[in-house]
Amino acid sequence: MKGDVILNVSKKEYESIYQKHSGKSKLYITIPKAFAIGGFICCIGEFFTNMYLYMGFDAEKAAAYTSITLVLLSALFTGFGLYERIAKHAGAGTLVPITGFANAVVSPALEFHTEGLVLGTAAKMFVIAGPVIVYGIFSAFVYGIVLVIIKAFGG
Amino acid sequence: MARLLCDGTVELNGGVSVYSYGSAVGKMEGDGPLGACFDYIAKGAELGKETWEQAESTFQQYAFEIALKKGSFIKDDISFIFAGDLLNQCTGSAYGLRDTSLPFFGVYGACSTMAESLSLASLFADMRLGEYSAAITSSHFCSAERQFRFPINYGGVRTPTAQWTATASGCCIVGAADKPPFVKSFTTGKITDMGVKDANNMGAAMAGAAYDTIKRHFINTKTTLADYDAVFTGDLGQVGSDTLKELFERDNISIEGKHEDCGLMLYDREKQDVHAGGSGCGCSASVLCGHILPMIEKGELHRVLFAATGALMSTTSVQQGESIPGISHLLELSDN
Repeated sequence: MKGDVILNVSKKEYESIYQKHSGKSKLYITIPKAFAIGGFICCIGEFFTNMYLYMGFDAEKAAAYTSITLVLLSALFTGFGLYERIAKHAGAGTLVPITGFANAVVSPALEFHTEGLVLGTAAKMFVIAGPVIVYGIFSAFVYGIVLVIIKAFGG
Repeated sequence: MARLLCDGTVELNGGVSVYSYGSAVGKMEGDGPLGACFDYIAKGAELGKETWEQAESTFQQYAFEIALKKGSFIKDDISFIFAGDLLNQCTGSAYGLRDTSLPFFGVYGACSTMAESLSLASLFADMRLGEYSAAITSSHFCSAERQFRFPINYGGVRTPTAQWTATASGCCIVGAADKPPFVKSFTTGKITDMGVKDANNMGAAMAGAAYDTIKRHFINTKTTLADYDAVFTGDLGQVGSDTLKELFERDNISIEGKHEDCGLMLYDREKQDVHAGGSGCGCSASVLCGHILPMIEKGELHRVLFAATGALMSTTSVQQGESIPGISHLLELSDN
């Protein structure tokens, strides 16, 4: 009859059915892979730091140049479509280092260039990285205030 | 003349034939297990266009042109077009078909759009409103990714339950003719919300709708699973297919061996790394036009159900924490 309940199952019961069939990430594979590839990226960073130190720059400059170099490499890899192929295996291993941040900025900038340089590239550039910047600055602000209060009480 | 049986099931008695059909797919779909079935396989995803959206529209245009050619039609033989896709405001269809200057209905049923548009086109054919009507849908991996997920080059990781939007398009031209496959009836989907909120688990969100429509079709047409050679669902993928199987098992009905899912047929899941399977309007459309309809025409399948499934959410509704309603439109196709 019209309006008869066909699927006689509660939402809770339904959830237990589909959850059973929903595969989970294989953490014993993904975590070691993320560790290895993420660690490898950090090793590359270490290599550049040592190289810049060897070239005679002080520690602060060497660190800054290392970041710049990694960001440049990440942007190039993103542009050539290689970054996402590595990231598919690396997961957090490519997300957490500074290269992940560069990828998050460059990929929408490239993707949305079809909507123009202003409304596409520029406006969409921070669509993924934006929240990180906003809450990064916000938490720096909060910790700054906490520090001021502690110091005021003679900490 | 079409007749409403009960609760959304419409019987067509006018000898409505899917007279001609065409499919156009991307390279990855062409490399899949059904690769040999498709009429056109692109060398890449761009088709030489400047944007992904233009590429998707071009796939749709190709599918339409192929279907016209295969049926020896000219464009003006078509009285109505019913078309839809996944892009905002259905621009894939509007731009793909804007040069046809034919009467056009834009329809949206998410990934169930092929069954929805084919139902309506068949109904028009049954009512003899014009001689031939066309039903066309498309989807494109890249245009869908940038609208629903992340930029293509972003290094995000897909969950095991995520599905891969097919780069594909299918077109059916229906009219009264003495040539199989015939459209015997259709059952209109109901919006079925099972409370699934994970946008990366569409199969789970849609399986309830598929069950509702298929079961309702059995009841309204007084048939059982045994009356059909096969039941094809749209794009439930692995999670949705297993869920559907278990829902039928609760009724002591085993769909194993009769049920196939277009999302699982289109790709080699392991080799092509598509996680839970394919999805998108073009997924069920291309499998219908490339695989199911030819098999019926050749008499390898006699009586089948084609139940395309769709998830009726938007990025906004998901971000606002709403659950994902599913829908499934069904057509009964036969060779006599």
